[in-house]
Amino acid sequence: MTFDLTLHTAPAVPLEAEVLTPARLSGLSALETAKLIVVHGNQSAELGEFFRIDGVSGEEIHLTGDLRRIKMVGAGMTSGRIVVHGSAGMHLGAGMSGGEIVVEGDAGDWVGPEMTGGRIVIRGNAGHMVGAAYRGGRVGMRGGEILVFGSAGNEVGSGMRRGLVAIAGDSGDFTGVNLLAGTIVVLGRLGQRTGAGMRRGTIVSMQPAEILPTFTFACTYRPVILRLYLPYLRGLGLPVNDAQVQGCYQRWCGDAIELNRGEVLLLEDASPPR
Amino acid sequence: MTSPELRLNGTAVVDTFAEAFAMWGARVIITAETPDWARAAAQSMTGFATSIIGCKCEAGIEAELPAGDTPDGRPGVSVLLFSTSAEGVGKRLVERVGQCVMTCPSTACFNGLAAEETVVVGGQLRYFGDRFQMSKLIAGRRLWRVPVMDGEFVVDERFGIQPAVGGGNILILGRDQAATLRAAEAAIGAMRGTPGAIFPFPGGVVRSGSKPKSRYSFLFASTNEAYCPTLRTVAAESQLPEGVGCVLEIVIDGLDLEAVETAMRRGMHAAAAAGALQISAGNYGGGLGQYHIAPRPLLEPAGAAT
Repeated sequence: MTFDLTLHTAPAVPLEAEVLTPARLSGLSALETAKLIVVHGNQSAELGEFFRIDGVSGEEIHLTGDLRRIKMVGAGMTSGRIVVHGSAGMHLGAGMSGGEIVVEGDAGDWVGPEMTGGRIVIRGNAGHMVGAAYRGGRVGMRGGEILVFGSAGNEVGSGMRRGLVAIAGDSGDFTGVNLLAGTIVVLGRLGQRTGAGMRRGTIVSMQPAEILPTFTFACTYRPVILRLYLPYLRGLGLPVNDAQVQGCYQRWCGDAIELNRGEVLLLEDASPPR
Repeated sequence: MTSPELRLNGTAVVDTFAEAFAMWGARVIITAETPDWARAAAQSMTGFATSIIGCKCEAGIEAELPAGDTPDGRPGVSVLLFSTSAEGVGKRLVERVGQCVMTCPSTACFNGLAAEETVVVGGQLRYFGDRFQMSKLIAGRRLWRVPVMDGEFVVDERFGIQPAVGGGNILILGRDQAATLRAAEAAIGAMRGTPGAIFPFPGGVVRSGSKPKSRYSFLFASTNEAYCPTLRTVAAESQLPEGVGCVLEIVIDGLDLEAVETAMRRGMHAAAAAGALQISAGNYGGGLGQYHIAPRPLLEPAGAAT
């Protein structure tokens, strides 16, 4: 059973719609759902003023239209599935702990901030602060997975403590800034100042990158753990090839201004082991 | 002594049963850069693990695995380890993975059993990393990366364990040592590769079959004189028919009863084809083991498919 919500009136200013989770809509009729309160700018409004609602409530919600001005979709989500046929706005899946969100288009800033579980899949590009801690917060993403099939903006995984962020394209500056733990895999290029202030955790890239002077080169080796991680990502649809799975990686340790227990792994030699 | 009536390729099959025991088992997948190094670790891990009587566990190599069948895509070996309690399996795994697998160049070690009950293995071995270790969670599975001198030792935090069957067996009786060895080698050759089963003794074959208790008060197991050819006229109840000059036993531990029965069936057919005079099974009167596995039903048409 699925609920189909189609945007019929684009909001003039951002619409905060954190009511859009399977648990919140569970058991509601289309009429009841249409009367749910959302915040339009600084005014309260009803969901039905913007969306046409069809179907029967269940564990899956389909949202159709240009949702770039719809914020907080799936925020606090605990289970079920949301599919966005189009692009999504800011704070997608904020603080979610379970379930899955799939966005067929792009997503705005703050995808999955401070999430603790579940999975977010962005088929297009994502904005800044993917899986990050909110400003003033100390800990970002604490579990779950975020997969971006395009590129992502700055500060991917800022303050992240646990979980996985995988970017098929490039990531912006300060990828993994203040990383506490967890894993960030970027198949494309990293921006500047990767891993600044990271304590623990892993940042992987398949392209050469500028490394901060507070990181030290340890060795070149073939990490067994990537033979597990990368095929897993390939199974989720990311374009990982065998050379990346079996390749030789530079290991850089840092950040020395912090605990110095983090690592940046950069693919150096994609030839298979002899 | 029961009279042999069923014959398999001319070999008499005694109407008796193998007495097997409830145990706990685990499957360990060892991988390495080459099959040789994976095998080296597996052989080390399964060394001195012939009998629970003296080794605290029984272990053996279940199969060699091609690279495509292992978690990290490298060549590997599947090892089964059994002990009498869940706690015992956990302790033995920590000891043996720590001393025999982590120490072996290029290896990694993974749980190979999807089971409800688990024991902590990598979660103990991680301390060897002296706070330089790292953990990774992949699809709900926690792995530990322990820094070692050739890179990292990757090991699953937890290993699945399940109730299992230990001590299934067949006895192969032959004319002399050479003929009986031929039959035993044929049998173990046919039994190897049975999914979920291992044969913990050297080469899969044991010559020192035991009975419980001893004439010495400090021993709880001793030689099974009923099958010793040198004691044919001395033992109170010799089980050796005329013409038998040697007996060899194959002990089977399995993750379930079906694995043990399948291995026994394959072994009996092969031993008979290789010229064994008689096939029997070892038991202790039926009072000790939870499983009584009679060889004959395994060979009858309904149970004959392998």
